[in-house]
Amino acid sequence: MSQTTHGTTAEHEFPKEHYLNAAHGWKSWLLTTDHKRICILYLISVSVFFAIGGMYAGMIRLELVTPEGDLFQPDTYNRVFTMHAVMMIFFFLIPSIPATLGNFFIPLMIGAKDVAFPKLNLASWYMYLMGSSLALFALFKGGVDTGWTFYTPFSTTYSNSYVSTVAVGIFINGFSSIFTGVNFMATIHRMRAPGMTWFRLPLFIWAHYATSLIMVLGTPVLAITILLVGMERLFKFGFFDPALGGDPVLFQHLFWFYSHPAVYIMILPSMGVMSEIIATFTRKPIFGYHFVAFSSMGIAIIGFLVWGHHLFLSSQSVYASLVFSFLTMLVAVPSAVKVFNWGATLYRGSIAYTTPMFYALGFLGLFTIGGLTGVMLGTLGLDIHMHDTYFVVAHFHYIMVGGALFGYLGGLHFYWPKMFGRSARGFFPHLSALLIFVGFNLTFFPQFILGYLGMPRRYHVYPEEFQVLNVMSTAGATVLAIGYALPVFYMIWSLKRGEIAGPNPWGASGLEWQTQSPPILHNFESMPVVTEDPYTYHPPAQEGAGQPAAAHSAS
Amino acid sequence: MLDFPLFPESASTFAPKVDALYFFTLALTAFFTLLIFAAVLFMFVKYRRTEENQVGDPIHGSTLLEIIWSVIPFLIVMLLFFWGAQVFWVGVSIPEDAREYLVTGKQWMWKIQHPEGHREINTLHVPIGEKIKLTMTSEDVIHSFFIPAFRVKQDVLPGRYTQLWFEATKTGEYHLFCTEYCGAEHSQMIGTVTVMEKDEYQDWLAGGIVGSSPVASGEELFQQYACNTCHENSGDTLRGPSLKGIAGNAVTLADGASVNRDENYLRESIVRPSSKMVAGYQNLMPTYQGQITEEGLSHLVAYIKSLGSEADANENSGHGSSDHGESHDDEAADAESTESTEASAE
Repeated sequence: MSQTTHGTTAEHEFPKEHYLNAAHGWKSWLLTTDHKRICILYLISVSVFFAIGGMYAGMIRLELVTPEGDLFQPDTYNRVFTMHAVMMIFFFLIPSIPATLGNFFIPLMIGAKDVAFPKLNLASWYMYLMGSSLALFALFKGGVDTGWTFYTPFSTTYSNSYVSTVAVGIFINGFSSIFTGVNFMATIHRMRAPGMTWFRLPLFIWAHYATSLIMVLGTPVLAITILLVGMERLFKFGFFDPALGGDPVLFQHLFWFYSHPAVYIMILPSMGVMSEIIATFTRKPIFGYHFVAFSSMGIAIIGFLVWGHHLFLSSQSVYASLVFSFLTMLVAVPSAVKVFNWGATLYRGSIAYTTPMFYALGFLGLFTIGGLTGVMLGTLGLDIHMHDTYFVVAHFHYIMVGGALFGYLGGLHFYWPKMFGRSARGFFPHLSALLIFVGFNLTFFPQFILGYLGMPRRYHVYPEEFQVLNVMSTAGATVLAIGYALPVFYMIWSLKRGEIAGPNPWGASGLEWQTQSPPILHNFESMPVVTEDPYTYHPPAQEGAGQPAAAHSAS
Repeated sequence: MLDFPLFPESASTFAPKVDALYFFTLALTAFFTLLIFAAVLFMFVKYRRTEENQVGDPIHGSTLLEIIWSVIPFLIVMLLFFWGAQVFWVGVSIPEDAREYLVTGKQWMWKIQHPEGHREINTLHVPIGEKIKLTMTSEDVIHSFFIPAFRVKQDVLPGRYTQLWFEATKTGEYHLFCTEYCGAEHSQMIGTVTVMEKDEYQDWLAGGIVGSSPVASGEELFQQYACNTCHENSGDTLRGPSLKGIAGNAVTLADGASVNRDENYLRESIVRPSSKMVAGYQNLMPTYQGQITEEGLSHLVAYIKSLGSEADANENSGHGSSDHGESHDDEAADAESTESTEASAE
């Protein structure tokens, strides 16, 4: 039996025709409407911004090795941490999973030829390119020093850096988010293959549906906020500046009305990836599928109502703070439900030790810490002390790196063979995952302690007693950097030299594993028909063992 | 053994409340993290794939378990919500009998004025065992006043007053940080809070150069800007409402709304008089936006607050007159209500 049921041992040949060689020349890439190629375009661009953002992170950690401000001028340091956040949040984390893995796999998973609006999909990438180019331009001109939160009146009246340029960049980039969101929603509603009912959708799709909802409803508020800031800067309309009769706290409300849900834009897709990875490497349905699906929607909806927990100390009404704290506590419940369900999925599973599964394991632990420390911050009495300290910095890195980035890296390793037809696995991917896990914890765990000690965030110089913990943090960042650098080498190497993957190298269920790797231009040879629930795995002894998936091709 | 701290000094009556919450949530976080880590690692080993073709048991879920692990976290977070809210409530309930200091933040320093008039920059001297309240505003961007050892923090905004209170329990020197990013020298907008024994504090006060108290400075400004041509400070009504005993009392506005005349209302009524007109008065007062410094405004507000029903405007009231106004709130309220009726009757 050379071709095993879920086997990885079979010899495969690299397909002759696939989306990568369906057309040639730079025009075939820059004018492509193929969702898979747009994924590659996004993949390259977000990787560039991740590298830039990471470089800034390195500069921050270097400066903080010593309590004195001896590496940068204060003004330079402020630009460094601002650019780190702007690059990472707006140009890496927000588009990362949706625009790459989401773009590639939503049509494949639901059995569609492409997304609903292929041209809009390309337009989304160009919007991203324009927005990010403006941010890059601002970077080369000297950057921006307001913090990524752009709090008024500092950003409108006092800052002499490239605030407007970056703001316009973020404004334009917002449209790329909206385009992607609209596209995904339409695709998921209208393009599902016969038999692909809502409750047969992979949880990756549910997570992206919830994400798209936030992108479409939240991003316009950010755009409006930026417009108001622009009108105040240019025409002296008094929206936010108290000297003009405005209210600076209004800006914080508007900003967080988008930016808090934006956190869920970053984490929800990652949760979707987790469900796919865990189901595949336990060969089991996800425990409590409906609860996991609805918890994504629950997080997206309640997530819109918690922005005021960033404003507990802003002079916001005490009663508003009470309501926001209460609602913040509610978000913890669907998040906890997800973690418990993933954990329960491991029970009596057939667990494979693969790189994506190691990322999933890391995600479970780190997301738990990130989530629970979030509950601590949502606890009103504690937030008084912890607000705007390193505790907050550590908390959101546990969510954004431990959660969102682990999902992205896990997903990339998981889907790589499908995207490029060759596998990147073995020692180095394992080592990289381990280094990232260890390095990450060493970097950010000490920051929880620093935070409770009272070290404020965005500090260029700090009291001497905080040095030891800061040095630990920087040491961790060094390990983390090595962990991040490794994939650049082995993944590029795998494109030419990696083992040929075949259609289903992991023995996974799901339509995306039914077609060849890399897929053909139109994804499937013929329209797939879905007859089973997602994550259905048949024991090998049973009839039809050769068909592990939720679907049988009609041909 | 460790030569670096893991836990901050705890030096106020509020700190143990926050710390209790911290240790409880920390234990909770550690418990759930370890539970999940242990369970996941155990299953990771126990259920590892032993044969290539193996599949997991097709377990689809359990509604009972879902209910259990929704309800338990819900109950826990509700406990945290109520406990946290209770601690927060203590933090934001500013005691009326506290010694009031004025704090003005600006890029990048803290200017502090004691009730007796002593001024400090980036240092704050307070007596132990006494309730202190800080009434704070900013001259430029948003700052935030943070004393880690006291577990207190409050944003300091331009164009309005915010307040913070504490009662120190341990003498010593503690960090004062700005925690709202405010520009280039944000991390240098720091200072030292010195908690002293009461008699030492009195000595310290005696040794310093005493300027005029906020109330006295406010009164000077009141004369300088000729506020008294329209605003009587004795209780009679001129073109504008009398200012006697109004601070902290509610008043009906021209649009029928009722507003509490707190520090923010008083400040706004000076810089933008037309924004909240008291019922029965004409919009005659010019705006003082940008004409009086932030500290001047704080002084004027302190002066108006000092005008209790028995306050004598001609007495150069230094130390003590600020509590004076507070203690006669009720009488002041009565006096005020008669004034409003008279005013509306005109």
